[in-house]
Amino acid sequence: MTQDYLSLREQTQSRDRSLRDKVMTLEEACDFVADGEHVSLGGSTASRTPFAMIWALIRARKKNLFFSRSIVSTEGDLIFASGVGNHILTSWFSQGIVWGVSRVMRHFTENRLARFEEWSHMSIGLRYRAGAMGVPFMPMRSMMGSDVAGQLDNLKEMTCPFTGEKILLVPALNPDVALIHVQRCDPYGNAQLDGLTFMDIDMAMAANRVIITTERIISNDQIRRRPDQTRIPFFTVDAVVEAPYGCAPHECFGVYEPLFSHMDYYAELTRKEPMEGVKTYLDEYFYAPKNWTEYLELIGLEKLLDAARRGRSIYDD
Amino acid sequence: MTIETKNFTASELLCVMSARALEDGQVVFAGVGIPLLAATLAQRLHAPGVTILFEGGTIGPHVVPGQLPPTTNEQRCTRKANMLVSITEVLLLLQRGYVDVGFMGGAQIDQYGNLNSSFIGSADDPSVRLPGTGGGNDISSLTRMIVAMPQEKRRFVESVDFITSPGYIRGGTSRRDSGLIAGGMYRVVTDLAILGFDDDTGRMRVEALHPGVTPEQAQENTGFELIIDSSVGTTEPPTEEELAALRHLDPDKVYTA
Repeated sequence: MTQDYLSLREQTQSRDRSLRDKVMTLEEACDFVADGEHVSLGGSTASRTPFAMIWALIRARKKNLFFSRSIVSTEGDLIFASGVGNHILTSWFSQGIVWGVSRVMRHFTENRLARFEEWSHMSIGLRYRAGAMGVPFMPMRSMMGSDVAGQLDNLKEMTCPFTGEKILLVPALNPDVALIHVQRCDPYGNAQLDGLTFMDIDMAMAANRVIITTERIISNDQIRRRPDQTRIPFFTVDAVVEAPYGCAPHECFGVYEPLFSHMDYYAELTRKEPMEGVKTYLDEYFYAPKNWTEYLELIGLEKLLDAARRGRSIYDD
Repeated sequence: MTIETKNFTASELLCVMSARALEDGQVVFAGVGIPLLAATLAQRLHAPGVTILFEGGTIGPHVVPGQLPPTTNEQRCTRKANMLVSITEVLLLLQRGYVDVGFMGGAQIDQYGNLNSSFIGSADDPSVRLPGTGGGNDISSLTRMIVAMPQEKRRFVESVDFITSPGYIRGGTSRRDSGLIAGGMYRVVTDLAILGFDDDTGRMRVEALHPGVTPEQAQENTGFELIIDSSVGTTEPPTEEELAALRHLDPDKVYTA
């Protein structure tokens, strides 16, 4: 999992880091992900989930991907049920506390059909940070003494050489590909993020490739007017895809809140017959639509407008 | 007042009692659910100077009544906040020592205050895979903890199936010996009592019983022997003002059903 430093640098050096147009479709961006690779997901729980790109990878029938994310919501169910991935590293996994424990996650993990590798939330953040910093590990003070640490084999306790205290070392994470959804991005990949950034900046810097999906593509002139708002630099980015409502049914800060009634519908669909329910959902919303616009049509204009009204309210109230 | 004549739900009692456990001026790292609501309630009542931290990266928000967030990672968590940071940064504030109280809910707890939110049964072959730690492990490893949860025998067990968020581990000095040299369990607020921990053994004890609750009732709803002093006191029942403020915050009973 921890990439050799010189190979990491070599991979970075060999990337085309010039200021060039990277705009493409969701389908074209799928070419940046190979079966079996480590894909990290930006956002957290039901916020800024790169749903459009996950949707495209599932439709492209990618296989055996290993996913990492700070906290996993419904996308985890769909990753397992579609077969696009069978191993997720995260700190928490279910749609959200108000919907109870995910029956789909339970089906896959309890029957050992897929793996939910549990790390503490901070340890995941520090692992991406180590990856972003180009160092092999980060020291930290939590997780020791717990069974969370007890069932992981790639961490180490050591005695601090300066203070003599016990400290835990967690290894760097350098994802093959990071999928990150943002509010605005230029054609080169200069990405501007509003609101909560979660672990996305470290993740972008740690990854060997980055696919940005964005609510809207803006000009490089706009970026240069407010460079202080740019959070992800263009040379880390390989693909830029315009995907309006690209987090639906989850939230995109300041643009739309979660589509709660759709999430209630999903929870209800998977409550009694989890596998049947999630398969129906995948057929209906992932495989049937011809394109992302049709997916949004299926979700429904009324729900999208309601979510947008609530989302924008933070700038109106 | 007795349990039978109460004019509030068990969740409302939990909320009010845990809000009271917070003091004005504290920095409180609040988890989703009752902790989020109780910290916000404290802010509206006796502790306007409480600074709330949410795991999504929010410093000092004021949640809008009736718009309770279903996770601590949504824009609803950022209303009237002082600052937004990354998840890693907000969790590092715990490690740096800026936080007075970590405030969480719990699924299963044991006599040493260890919390399990990962597996029912063995981790190798669980009967239920639960959602996991989230930031719970970090919060309980790095700061003084208040936990709010209903008191039931199946939730209060002698020894948890899996230590997701460490309390005093196996009691005595075992927490410190593991490398967790700061923080630790401080209070468990339930619908029956306020519980604390013995300084030397790290075992759970009753600090106060809620109105109408007998020591026997507290013990009957616990899967291990509670330390109960014969002179244990009683909490004041929730006031009309507290209940009104709570119902104003959660009119749809998202967290207080």
